[in-house]
Amino acid sequence: MIWLAWRQFRVQAYVALGLLGVMAIAFAITGPSIVHLYDTAVATCGTHGDCATVQNSFLDKDHFLQQLSVVVVVVPALLGIFWGAPLIAREMETGTFRLAWTQSVTRSRWIATKFCLVGLASMVTAGLLSLMVTWWSSPFDSLRDVPFSIFDHRDIAPIGYAAFAFALGAVLGILIRRVLPAMAATLVVFIAVRLAFTNWIRQRFATPLHITTPFQAPGPGFNGGNGLPGNPGDWVVSEETINSSGKVIGRYGGIGPNGEVNFRGNGSGVTYFQGVGKCPNRIPNPPAGSRSTSSQPSPAVQHAIQKCIDSFHLRSIATYQPTNRYWTFQWYELTIFLIMALLLSAFGWWWVRRRLA
Amino acid sequence: MTAVLEAEGLGKRYGRRWALSDCSLSIPSGHVVGLVGPNGAGKSTLLNMAVGLLTPTQGSLSVFGSEPAKDPEQLARVGFVAQDTPSYAGLSVADHLKLGARTNPKWDNELAEDRITQLGIDFKQKAGKLSGGQRAQLALTMAISKRPETLILDEPVASLDPLARREFLQILMETVAEHNVSVILSSHLVADIERVCDYLVVLVSSRVQLTGELDELIASHHRLIGPRIEDGASIENQYVVESSHNDRQSIVLVRSDGPVVDPAWTIEPVSLEDLVLGYMGQGKRHDSTRSTTSKGDE
Repeated sequence: MIWLAWRQFRVQAYVALGLLGVMAIAFAITGPSIVHLYDTAVATCGTHGDCATVQNSFLDKDHFLQQLSVVVVVVPALLGIFWGAPLIAREMETGTFRLAWTQSVTRSRWIATKFCLVGLASMVTAGLLSLMVTWWSSPFDSLRDVPFSIFDHRDIAPIGYAAFAFALGAVLGILIRRVLPAMAATLVVFIAVRLAFTNWIRQRFATPLHITTPFQAPGPGFNGGNGLPGNPGDWVVSEETINSSGKVIGRYGGIGPNGEVNFRGNGSGVTYFQGVGKCPNRIPNPPAGSRSTSSQPSPAVQHAIQKCIDSFHLRSIATYQPTNRYWTFQWYELTIFLIMALLLSAFGWWWVRRRLA
Repeated sequence: MTAVLEAEGLGKRYGRRWALSDCSLSIPSGHVVGLVGPNGAGKSTLLNMAVGLLTPTQGSLSVFGSEPAKDPEQLARVGFVAQDTPSYAGLSVADHLKLGARTNPKWDNELAEDRITQLGIDFKQKAGKLSGGQRAQLALTMAISKRPETLILDEPVASLDPLARREFLQILMETVAEHNVSVILSSHLVADIERVCDYLVVLVSSRVQLTGELDELIASHHRLIGPRIEDGASIENQYVVESSHNDRQSIVLVRSDGPVVDPAWTIEPVSLEDLVLGYMGQGKRHDSTRSTTSKGDE
């Protein structure tokens, strides 16, 4: 039975292997020079000064290949669509299941063999891909230090995505029995589940930490990052501004629901801190605008604005997941997606054995 | 003689539609059985249940006394040629034989290769590029080479042209003679059944209307032509299957339980086609009127 499963799958396997090979070669050629550049220029820039220029030019290097790391996000979906969905649906659509199921191999074994072979191949493919991209991107990643923003295309989480996408595709194929609709359904459901994890579920893996700091006006010329935790690698889940009585009056580091900070005044200067109240002092013209204002206000204006803000005793509360939880979250994500894949596979196995008749 | 296939109160429902309901029959082994009936009679459903592709909604079905497809041993005992003889379009003929060899413990590779060679089919040819007749032959080869005790064929020749159909049935007959397997073959073409079968089952709307050895059925049925009789009138010693009338004459298909007594009748033999059509018509009438009167040999 393993022969048949492999014979039907091998072209797809070779294609995947070929694409992985091409990527491996591209990474192998460019990777060492990136590591070298990082070690010689970026890591030592502190001793020469002018780190910003060195770092920026380093981050611009191999821009295309850096963008290419997005394939780690895309590939699990593709595996679900092209390996998972047609796996059983094509047999149903072309009627070949009648041939396969009337040889001397039970249906249970047939389905189990197919699921194991292609499912494991999906996980290996995504795993190797993620490994390569993670290795190649590591100098850039360590410089940027925003691990949670690249969480789902690095390290081990993509293995879970691939397993889940495959099982989802295969099971939808079993239920829908037609290749194209199964592929479309796989894409839609997979994207929905992934978005749910990225936007809602992942941040609840562990109780987040909070940090409260005095509110500071964001925008050019200001320190910005109101109440942000000290480590730039932390994942700020939400940032709320509260007034002296503890009421939430703003989000995203501003006043109001969209993170804006506005001052209002008349011709002789600004007097109102919009959404909060009247300033005790007057802020000279030109008024500092919202955080979208690109021109940098003068030190006198900055000082006046900060004085106005300070008088209201606003505070920023940042809710965040610290950077040292990254690996815990990777393991959680992998485990949850693997469990979902296993449950789906078990359901598919049961359905083919008992119900698909 | 043990039964190849035995069904008791068998039914299969798709959603709210019953494809087969309350079907009871027993098919003895050692025959080439023709299963005939109009489209929608439930032939395909019955055969698919017999090979375990479908599970009954109600009733029971056994093949050689066992639940179909319950384990590899049971699967190995039955060779199946599905309707439209599906094959893996991207796999070559040789791949298909390898598939058979890898998935069937009793696979006879010599037999398989000999047959393909005899048929003049290229081993390297992709199954998707074979003609309909060749694909049917490939499916038959695979079913035979697993060395089953019975072969079940679901409308194997329905999509073939007359020449390919004749060739297919001829090879089927040779195989049956050579390997001594029981065969159950469904078709809605009586001519095909007549060519190869020695046992007949007529299925109309899930009901077995007629069953028995072909020779005996032909010998025991007659067509009587005589003066006009009333519809539903009985004839001594004869069971009326079907009758048709014009102004002066009645033509009656009967099963003879004894000699025809009334000399007014002219006795003619019946063809298989007349017989099958007669019973099909009877089954349809019974079905539409929900009559509870006798239904022939049930």
